[in-house]
Amino acid sequence: MSNEKRLFLIVAAVLVVGAFLITTQMENRFYYKAAYVVLQYVVLATAWNILGGYTGYVNFGTAAFFAMGAYTAVALIKTWKPPLYVLLISGGIVSGLLGLGIGYLTLRLRGVFFSIATLALAVVLQMVVSNWDYVGGGAGTAILKPRSVPLFSNYDEFLFFVMAALAVVAVAVAWLIEKSWVGRGMAAIRDNEEAAECMGVPILKIKLFATTVSGALMGIAGAPFSYFVVYIEPTSAFHLDYAVNSLAMPMIGGTTSWLGPLVGAVLVGTAQQIATVTLSAEMNLLIVGSLLVGFVVFAPDGLVGLFGKIRARLVGKEA
Amino acid sequence: MGRIIRHVILGFALLLAVSIAFTPAAHAAKEVKIGFSMALTGPLGPAGKAALLAMQIWRDDVNAKGGLLGRKVKLVYYDDQTKPANVPGIYAKLLDVDKVDFIVSGYGTNLIVPALPIAMERGMVFMGLFGLDANAKFKYNNYFQIMPAGPDPIVDWSRGFFELAKKQKPQPKTIALLSADSEFARNAVAGARRNAKKYGLKVVYDQRYPFPGTSDFTPILRAVKAAKPDLFYVGSYPGGSVGIVKAAHEIGLEPKLFGGGMVGLQYTAIQMNLGKLLNGITNYWFWAPEKTLKFPGIEAFLAKYQKEAPKQKLDPLGYYLPPFAYAYVQLLGNAIEATKSFDQAKVGAYIRNNTHSTVVGNVKFGKNGEWATSRTFQVQLQNIKSNKMSEFSKPGKMIVLYPEDFKSGNLIYPYAKGK
Amino acid sequence: MLSIEFLLNALVAGLLLGGFYAALSAGLSLSFGLLDVVNIAHPAFILFGSYLTFYANEHFGFDPVLAGLIFAVPAYFVGVAVYKIYYNSFEKTGAESLRGLVFFFGLFFLIEVILIITFGVDYRLVRAFYIGKSTSIGPVGIAYRLFVPFLVGGILSTVLYLFLTKTFFGRAIMGVAQDSLAVQLMGVDPIRIKTVAFGIGIATAVIAGSLLIIIGPVEPTIGREYIGRVFAVTVLGGLGSMTGTLVGALILGVAESFTSSFFGPSWALAVSFGILLICLAVRPSGLFGR
Repeated sequence: MSNEKRLFLIVAAVLVVGAFLITTQMENRFYYKAAYVVLQYVVLATAWNILGGYTGYVNFGTAAFFAMGAYTAVALIKTWKPPLYVLLISGGIVSGLLGLGIGYLTLRLRGVFFSIATLALAVVLQMVVSNWDYVGGGAGTAILKPRSVPLFSNYDEFLFFVMAALAVVAVAVAWLIEKSWVGRGMAAIRDNEEAAECMGVPILKIKLFATTVSGALMGIAGAPFSYFVVYIEPTSAFHLDYAVNSLAMPMIGGTTSWLGPLVGAVLVGTAQQIATVTLSAEMNLLIVGSLLVGFVVFAPDGLVGLFGKIRARLVGKEA
Repeated sequence: MGRIIRHVILGFALLLAVSIAFTPAAHAAKEVKIGFSMALTGPLGPAGKAALLAMQIWRDDVNAKGGLLGRKVKLVYYDDQTKPANVPGIYAKLLDVDKVDFIVSGYGTNLIVPALPIAMERGMVFMGLFGLDANAKFKYNNYFQIMPAGPDPIVDWSRGFFELAKKQKPQPKTIALLSADSEFARNAVAGARRNAKKYGLKVVYDQRYPFPGTSDFTPILRAVKAAKPDLFYVGSYPGGSVGIVKAAHEIGLEPKLFGGGMVGLQYTAIQMNLGKLLNGITNYWFWAPEKTLKFPGIEAFLAKYQKEAPKQKLDPLGYYLPPFAYAYVQLLGNAIEATKSFDQAKVGAYIRNNTHSTVVGNVKFGKNGEWATSRTFQVQLQNIKSNKMSEFSKPGKMIVLYPEDFKSGNLIYPYAKGK
Repeated sequence: MLSIEFLLNALVAGLLLGGFYAALSAGLSLSFGLLDVVNIAHPAFILFGSYLTFYANEHFGFDPVLAGLIFAVPAYFVGVAVYKIYYNSFEKTGAESLRGLVFFFGLFFLIEVILIITFGVDYRLVRAFYIGKSTSIGPVGIAYRLFVPFLVGGILSTVLYLFLTKTFFGRAIMGVAQDSLAVQLMGVDPIRIKTVAFGIGIATAVIAGSLLIIIGPVEPTIGREYIGRVFAVTVLGGLGSMTGTLVGALILGVAESFTSSFFGPSWALAVSFGILLICLAVRPSGLFGR
């Protein structure tokens, strides 16, 4: 176990360093922007999966957590322009608290009712933000990003690096949860909440943990958003795309392990980025929608499950 | 475990290979590439597609004459899906992968602002298409915006409406303000609020409605009616504009002046649906087939546009955005020709310091790259008798009332009489 | 500002809107309320109906409501097909809760895209002789544009109510909702019953779509605005109760109208979601819950 953990952490560290080295070598900014979006979805999909895939509570309100992170950052930028890490931490705290709140909702709301409540939450929060003039309200506001940053030749590269690091952290968190007793408790809740309770699993604590961590990660992913788009307004920050993608990606990749959302986000996210600059947007949506429906119907365990099956068959043949 | 990690690394390698495969080959040196993002889907899609057609007509016009400084023009564009988050990536691709020579903006403030800092960093000339005060924060001197809002866009936008009101006897005293809760409408009404103060009007109703998401305007307009305003200034988007006009007729809401900042009333499909209900409404407008607005080239352009538009299911008349979408690239092209240069700084300086003749009239830029003087028309819809399209392609239906230089008729006042 | 006339008008406007909401929610009340099939895509089917109506109205001059009724028939079969896929992929294997939800979410998205590809993203409207006209009873004004949907919504709810309580088939649906096993023992195939009921739900969605486009212009993504409302109505009224759905819809309509009239429209949407959240937290079984 500890060997595995060490290996995982080494790989994680290597990836972060690798992301930094790339910024010293590559100039083309398009790839940074595109990669930023894909990595952002790695964080969101992984975060969604901690609650949705591990614990079995389907959250339709990813956009709410993402946007709360983004708007927390906007409010701070408007007040005293703190450095980025402060924005990340604050965004994580606010969205984490929001997650804790909906965690208490799970006391009363199970299954589909929980999902509808998260959807409603997103709409209500969007309305609150639309009416909050300090952060631009419904009209939106332009955010000036810092001109330069040490060690990086421009801010785009820096943002890419930050998001790459966040993606590694998010996947590492999911992996750690999965391998710990908490992860097993989550699985028990997903399979049968009543039975889990009877078996002495501290279900409330675990559910609160899941909603908080999931929410916080989404908020952290949202915090740099205003620097990325430079102009933030509620409809784009609360876009339904975030909900659809963060749910479709784990579904396509596979929901039971940390690898699923990662594979799903990288594949679907990259496909979307390529489609944006090659195909029409309709095709883009059509691809995501069809993949989502196709996978839930035909490959319920996602790509990871599919590969597992194929490999099992191959291994079986060899033997 | 090691195997899984190998798979992950393999995946990344594959990804890199795919992205490299999608990089277009080195560009042909002969063409002048003009790059932009455009909303071809999403809420602004219909207008964005019409803008694209207008730009393609300009491209064909220029290429028929031999191109710009002997180089053919090529438009490179991507659909931003009306999502601001897509814009930074698109412009990075245009500049770093497609290596375009010039960039112009997509349609609408939300989609212009995300591209502005990129233009600034690279020192590119950046033509804007219908941004409302998009450059206020950046103050970038090579940004030029084609919508004729004026040097103080937010306030100038509704000035005509208030100028008209001021001239009426007895002078109106009260005003109701209603806006959709989104970017353009909020700003338009914010300007109207300031103007109301300036012109000494008392605001008796001032509310926003959720956009999108409002299906029935009856209760809202009843509240407006109960406030008994002399003037009613509305900032709304197409769906809401239709609902507001219909509901106003149903409940008999009759302020003395009604309209102002309603988007959508300029669209042919909506005009044909509302028909006679439009009579008497006074609203901002950009172009109408009035004799005072026959700018050089506009009719030739519209003829080409109207021939192609029905095939693409676009607005069949195209009076709203398309002439301006033509003009903002026309202006850029003319500047390149005049300076005989593809140098960003030279072209930018030329645009900044001269008056330009375009299909939307003479354009001179001032502070923040906005028009030096406001030319947002206030138009009253009159004499509409049916729902036919021919009603709206003839002069005498959309009467220009403001500014004075372009006036083509007289205001019927109060609104109830024009109805 | 606070006159009796104003109050009455706000009330009537709310009731009219509520009748329309009842039509929007009736089908969901069947599928979600009675059959436990969480059809998140219901608003997308409504919008699909709006576009079919638009097509028939624009090209053949059909009255919108008539068009809605005609298209309800093929819509029924679409519903049957969707349920068959749903049943075979999810219900049969007992995986309906999580993945079934995602299935409908994906379906919602797909329908939107199909609408965008076939009809474009422009606003679409219909024409009918009663749109834009109004009448008044005393001080209260009534717009036909809102009265027709109210009327159709009311009739739809009543017919469904009678169908569910008075006919054999309707009772069978109620039976499946309450005790699937018992119905099975009585020799009725619950799957067939559910298939029919889901088909009817989709058929009503298409009728509701014709009402939606009578009230105002539609564009392909407008369905999202109604997810919250239709679920608020179904949950508020109580799952599985047609009377509850009608009452819930009227309450929501009046609440929205009053908010718009007295507090300002910017909070009107928050009302429906506020009601939904409170209802979910305090009494998830709703007003008329079983």
